[in-house]
Amino acid sequence: MKENTIDHSHAASKFNKDVERVNWHDETLWFVRSKRDKAAHNIPEWETLRETASNIKFNVLSNMHHYLQEFEAKAKENGIIVHWAADGDEHNKIVHSIIAKHGVTQMVKSKSMLTEECHLNEYLADNGIEVIDSDLGEFIVQLRKEPPSHIVLPAIHLKKEDVSNTFNEHLGTEKGNNDPQYLTEAARKELRDTFLTRKVALTGVNFAVAETGEFVVCTNEGNADMGAHLADVHIACMGFEKLVPERKHLGVFLRLLARSATGQPITTFSSHFKKPREGQEMHIVIVDNGRSTQLGREEFRNSLKCIRCGACMNTCPVYRRSGGHSYHNAVAGPIGSILAPNLDMKKNADLPFASTLCGSCSNVCPVKIDIHDQLYKWRQVLVKEGYTPTSKTVAMKGMSAVLANPTVFKIAGKAGRFVVKNMPFMVNNSMNAWYKQREMPAAPEESFREWYAKKQKEAKDKK
Amino acid sequence: MSSRDSILNKIKNNQPTEENQLPNLSVLGLEKFDVIETYKTVLKGIGGFCEEVNNIEEVKAYIATHYPTAKRKITTLPELADIAETDWTTVDPHTLEDVDLNIVKAHFGVAENSALWVTDAILGQRVSTFITQYLAIIVNKKDILPTMQQAYERIGNLDYGFGTFIAGPSKTADIEQSLVLGAHGARGLTVFLMG
Amino acid sequence: MKVGLFIPCYVDQFYPQVGIATLELLQKLGCEVSFPMDQTCCGQPMANSGYAHLTGGCDSNFVANFSEFDYIVCPSGSCTMHVKEHLHSKENEAAATHIRKNVYELTEFLTDVLKVESIEGHFPHRVGMHQSCHGQRGLKLSQMSELNAAPFSKPEQLLSKINGLDLVSLTRKDECCGFGGTFCVTEEAVSVKMGQDRIKDHESHQVEYITGFDMSCLMHLEGILKRQKSNIKVIHIAEILNSK
Repeated sequence: MKENTIDHSHAASKFNKDVERVNWHDETLWFVRSKRDKAAHNIPEWETLRETASNIKFNVLSNMHHYLQEFEAKAKENGIIVHWAADGDEHNKIVHSIIAKHGVTQMVKSKSMLTEECHLNEYLADNGIEVIDSDLGEFIVQLRKEPPSHIVLPAIHLKKEDVSNTFNEHLGTEKGNNDPQYLTEAARKELRDTFLTRKVALTGVNFAVAETGEFVVCTNEGNADMGAHLADVHIACMGFEKLVPERKHLGVFLRLLARSATGQPITTFSSHFKKPREGQEMHIVIVDNGRSTQLGREEFRNSLKCIRCGACMNTCPVYRRSGGHSYHNAVAGPIGSILAPNLDMKKNADLPFASTLCGSCSNVCPVKIDIHDQLYKWRQVLVKEGYTPTSKTVAMKGMSAVLANPTVFKIAGKAGRFVVKNMPFMVNNSMNAWYKQREMPAAPEESFREWYAKKQKEAKDKK
Repeated sequence: MSSRDSILNKIKNNQPTEENQLPNLSVLGLEKFDVIETYKTVLKGIGGFCEEVNNIEEVKAYIATHYPTAKRKITTLPELADIAETDWTTVDPHTLEDVDLNIVKAHFGVAENSALWVTDAILGQRVSTFITQYLAIIVNKKDILPTMQQAYERIGNLDYGFGTFIAGPSKTADIEQSLVLGAHGARGLTVFLMG
Repeated sequence: MKVGLFIPCYVDQFYPQVGIATLELLQKLGCEVSFPMDQTCCGQPMANSGYAHLTGGCDSNFVANFSEFDYIVCPSGSCTMHVKEHLHSKENEAAATHIRKNVYELTEFLTDVLKVESIEGHFPHRVGMHQSCHGQRGLKLSQMSELNAAPFSKPEQLLSKINGLDLVSLTRKDECCGFGGTFCVTEEAVSVKMGQDRIKDHESHQVEYITGFDMSCLMHLEGILKRQKSNIKVIHIAEILNSK
C-alpha cells in the first residue's frame, strides 16, 4: 500500500467490473447500516447521547494537554509504563524495542487501526518479528497479504469462498468447505495455539480515561483479552485522541459505539485495563503521528472526535460501491477521507472528492463529526495548495469568468450550449464520462430564459 | 526535547482555546422500563441463555443437566466447591486451556445491553472468563440496572486492576457477516438470574 | 409578495418546462413573480469542486439580480442550499444576508411560507419520490432515515394533495443517486452504479415516474433510464404540482 497508489476513481472503477460482487458488498453493508438504524431507533435519547458524546469529545480536544498529563500520571501510578511516539516510525521502534528486550521473535496482536496506520507489521517483519493478527477478519486478510478494507469488518470485501480457499491453502481446511461455522472453528483452533504460546501481546485502545489512567478495549471475539491475559507483556497502542475525561463518560461512549458499528447493544467484551496483572508488564504507547497538526486545523480538528465505529463507511453509498481498498489509506470511507489528507495531502488529494457530499455520514456519526462539510472544506484546501490538475483549474477559471458576466453568459447560453460545453459534470473529462453509460439530456428548442423573454414581450405588446 | 515534551507542546499550542464545560450526564438513562424483562430479551437477542433461579441448588441442578459432558469445571464461588474446582486462582493461567465451564458471579448486570460487570475480585484469573469453552454467570435480580448510566454510577471510584463487561458469548461475523458463536472466547453463555 | 424566480442554469437550458411549471404554480398561488434576466449560476459547481474562491463574480451577480425581492424561490434543493450557506458579497453583505435568509426551495416555500393547504393538481400515476440529498439533509425538506426523530416530508405533504397520484414507499428511502456534481464524471463508475441501484428500487415498486425537487439528480437518472430504454420517466415535482 505504500507505493503504486492508484487513485480512488480508478480503483473504484475496477471494483465495479464485478457487478455481482459490488451488489453483494453494497447489500451486506446496507444490512449493517439497517441494524444500526434499528439499534439507534430503540434508544429514545439517541440524539441526546450523540450530542453529549460530541460535547465530551470537544472538551477533550480543548483540554488535551491537561488530560494527557493526567492520564500519564495515573497510568504510571497504576504500574503501567508510558511511552510517547511523535510519528509512526517512532511508534514502531518503541514496540520493537519492547519485544526485543524480552528476547522474543513472535507477537500476537488484536485489532489496532493505529498499527495499520503506522505499518507496524511490515516494520516488525523487516526486523525479524512475526506478528499474528488475532481478530478473525484481520487474520484472514493477513494470510492473504492484504490490508483490512474496513476498520470494523476487515474482511468485508471477501466472500466465504475466498476465505475457504485461503484457509485451505494456509490452514489445511477442506477444499470447498465454505461454511462460516467450520472456517471460524478452524481459525479458533489455530489461534488458540497462538494465544497460548506468545509472550508478548499487543492491543489497540478504544478509550483511555484521564481520571483513572485505565484504558478500555472492546472486542466481540475476546481475542484482545485472550492475548493480553496470557502474555507476560501487554503493549497497548493509542492515538492520543482516545482520551475521555472521567470513567463515568465511558457509559455514554459504550452505549453508542457498538450500536453505531454493528447494531449490537454493546460489544461482547468491554475490558477495562487499569493495572498489569501480577508479574505482568504493561506498556502504553501514546502516538501523535499528525494528530497534533490536525488539532491545530480549526476546520478539521473535529475529526479527532472519531471513535472508529465505522458507521460512516456502512452508510456511505460510495464506500459500499467502491470497497475499502480504493481509499488507499488505513482508515477508508468518509472519515478516512478527512483524516488522510492531514497525513499526506499529495497522496490523498483524491479522497475528499470520492464523495457526493450526500451527508449521510454526518447523520450516523455517534460523535456528530461534520464529515461531509469537512470533505467540502478539504476540497477547497487541496485546490488552494495546488493538488488538483491544472486543466481543471483552467476550466474552472474560464467557467467562473463566464458565469460572473451575464452578457457573455447569454451569448454563450442559447439553449443547451453553455451547460454542455462548460459544466464540470458534462465535460472535465476527455472521454466524456457522462455519455459512457448515460444519455445526454436533449436540448430543447428554447431555454427557459428565451421562453420567458418571449412571454414578457407578448404581454407588453398586448398592452 | 523528548517526543513527550514536543507532542505536549504542540498540543498546547494547537488545542482549541474556547471555554467549554463537560455536559451534564444526569439527564441520561432516565427512561422507565421493565429491567428484568428487557435484560432477558436483550440477552436472548445476542445469543445468551437466561435461567431464572431461586437459589444456588437450582444452579447446580441446571449445570448437572445442561453440561453433563463438561470435564473440567472451575469457579470462584465457595458454595459451588462441590461441583467445580476452586484451587486454580494462583496457577499459571495457561493451564486453564482445558477448562470446559467456568461459573462466576457478576457484581451487576445492565438491562439495555445485557452486559455483566466482573472484576479481578471475582474473576480468580483474568483470562478465566475468556479461555473457558462455556461460561455461566450468576447475577442477583436486584443487581440488574437499567442502563450504562447507572452502571458507571454503581462502579463509581471503585479500584480494580481489571474489569470487564461481558455481553453474551464470544462471537464473530467476519466471514460474510454470518454470525458464528465462539470466536475465541466462550462458545456459550448462561446467565442465572437469581432471586 | 415579490418573489424572484431563481432558475438553475442547467434547468434554464435543458428543462425549461420545469421553470415554466414553477413560475405558473407560484402565480397560481398568488405570488408576484419575476425572473431576473441577468442571473447566471449560483457558483455551486465550482465551489463543490474546491474552487469556492472563484465564485466571487457569481455571488456579486447573484446579489445584483436578487436583492430587491422579498423571497427568492428555486426549484432545486441543491442550488438553494448553496446560496443559503455560501452566498456573500464584499460590496453589499447586507443584501447577501437578506438573500441567504429568504431563499427557499420551491416545496418548502409552499409549505412554510405560503402554507398551502390545497393544490388543484391531477396526476393519475404511480410515482416514486427521489429525496435529493442537499434538499433533504441540507435543507431538511424531509426527515432523514439516520436520525431517531419524528418523520415528516414537505414534498410528500404536497404530493399527497394531488388527485390520483399513487406515491410508493421505497426500500431505501433516502439513498443518494450518485449525481454529486463533478462526481458524476470524475467517479463515473460509482456514480452510474449508484444511479442504476436507485432506479432498481423504483422499478421494483413499479413506478411510472420518478419525481424529485432537484433536476440535476433527475437528469442523471434520466440519462441512465434512457440508455436502458426504460419506460420510467422522470418529472420534476413542480410539473406534478402544476398539473391540470
